[in-house]
Amino acid sequence: MIGASLRAPRPGLFHRLSSALYLHPRLLLLLLLTPPLLWLGVIYLGSLLSLLLQSFFYIDEFSGVVVREFSLATYRQLFTLSNFDIIRRTAGMAAAVTLAAAALAFPLAYYMVRYASTRTKALLYLAVMLPLWSSYLVRVYSWKLILAKEGIVTWLAQQLHLGWLLEGVLALPVIGGPSLSTSYLGTFLVFLYIWLPFMILPIVAALERVPRSLIEASADLGADHRATFRKVLWPLALPGVVAGSIFTFSLTLGDYIIPQIIGTSEPFLGQAVYRHQGTAGNVPMAAALTVVPIVIMVAYLAVARRLGAFDAL
Amino acid sequence: MRSSSRRAPRAGWALSAAATATILFLHVPLAFIVLYAFSTDSKTFVFPPPGLTTRWFGVAFEREDIRQALRLSLEVATVSTLVAMVLGTLAAAAVWRSRFFGREAISLLVILPIALPGIITGISLRSALGLLDMPFSFWTIVIGHATFCIVVVYNNVLARFRRSSFNQIEASMDLGANGFQTFRHILLPNIATALLAGGMLAFALSFDEVIVTTFTAGQQSTLPIWMLTELVRPRQRPVTNVVAVFVIVVTFIPILAAFYLTRDTHEIAGSGK
Repeated sequence: MIGASLRAPRPGLFHRLSSALYLHPRLLLLLLLTPPLLWLGVIYLGSLLSLLLQSFFYIDEFSGVVVREFSLATYRQLFTLSNFDIIRRTAGMAAAVTLAAAALAFPLAYYMVRYASTRTKALLYLAVMLPLWSSYLVRVYSWKLILAKEGIVTWLAQQLHLGWLLEGVLALPVIGGPSLSTSYLGTFLVFLYIWLPFMILPIVAALERVPRSLIEASADLGADHRATFRKVLWPLALPGVVAGSIFTFSLTLGDYIIPQIIGTSEPFLGQAVYRHQGTAGNVPMAAALTVVPIVIMVAYLAVARRLGAFDAL
Repeated sequence: MRSSSRRAPRAGWALSAAATATILFLHVPLAFIVLYAFSTDSKTFVFPPPGLTTRWFGVAFEREDIRQALRLSLEVATVSTLVAMVLGTLAAAAVWRSRFFGREAISLLVILPIALPGIITGISLRSALGLLDMPFSFWTIVIGHATFCIVVVYNNVLARFRRSSFNQIEASMDLGANGFQTFRHILLPNIATALLAGGMLAFALSFDEVIVTTFTAGQQSTLPIWMLTELVRPRQRPVTNVVAVFVIVVTFIPILAAFYLTRDTHEIAGSGK
């Protein structure tokens, strides 16, 4: 009787529940993980798998109806000349954009890390981050204004009496075209513009890990700027460049909006996928085509991993 | 803060010029959008604009299709952000405190929707909707957006978790607080700014998204989808320019806010996408 009155008041249900969770971390973990796993594991991975599954279906050539039976027919069709052209065109563009982005990004990243004051650096950081996150479509659109025949580039070329140069560039085979906004050169510029921030930030991250003393030691030992860059800076920054290239390459491979708005009528991979699933109604072919960038990226990531890019992300 | 410990050396002119050129390349194009939104010319993109006017802002504001698209975009971005904030925080909390089988796989799974090109996420969801015979709706758009927004919240919150100490939570529980009180008074204040910054970025990302949306929206028009239609088949170019300016403002504000919220910490929001 006395013992009962001395006992602490029974804790509420809620309190007991939270103690139980605290004492059983596995249970808590299960509760934490279930919602995100349900969402990503079931909805997202489920969708991805259903897409892969459909690449093994095929379309009946006479009725145009998708036959839901296992077959490799769609993959056989994948390796045709026109598809190969599309893949080559897209991968070539992705490679060109990646190289150009690295060339543009490196000086800015180096300036940010080595020379900018803390305040300037924060501003530059913001200046790189804003376009990374915002207004993708608007930024693509701005180039339609800039590259239009009556637009600023043509006007500027005329003011500087460089019209001949612009025409010369447009007359070049492959990259030229009737106007900048309907040429590969135009598509290239827009891709470069849109994905450039993705290259800058990983290089900044990689360069920040290079100790200043290393650069000074290189200079003390008699290396000039060029030798220091080649033998010290570049090897140490390479993981950052590779990390950035994962983004620029992958994003260029999958984009179908940019070449649709600025560029020639020759389709890129993303556009081909979009057409197959949309107007053509050939979902198996669209699915098989998306396997191409996935395979390319998996191979790319495997190489990037060896080069230490994942530590620079 | 190595740079402040000793006087920074001066950059050579070539390096300064290259850095300046890259920054200009990143930012000048948007200035043209703003300029053209005031142009009196409505048929072409002629430069320099023949005259300047503010009348297109009024025209755009009156357009019912634009207002509807704007409303849909805001609603989708709000709901997707909230879903992503809950799921991203849960995933971050799980990965932070525990070592379990498949932990690396969880991080990969969270990042995958944004690491793979958007078209793959889009067409996957579309094909799954097709297989399940699900009609397009507000919620099909939200499903797509929330999926790639989770990673943003996850990254920000996990970075903050990793710098907070678990002792505080243990102390709180030892002192008799229950799980809810500990969450409310200890955990939430700790992660609040990171969570908010992640949410801001997720909102900007969703408001702006077009690739996944084209696959999951059906006949509905978000603001970016409206713009895309105008870009492919232009009807009234100045109105499109005005909408573009509007999109710039609406996405810049949350990004600046996220930057401001986390600027004093080591992990600045948005350093990785």
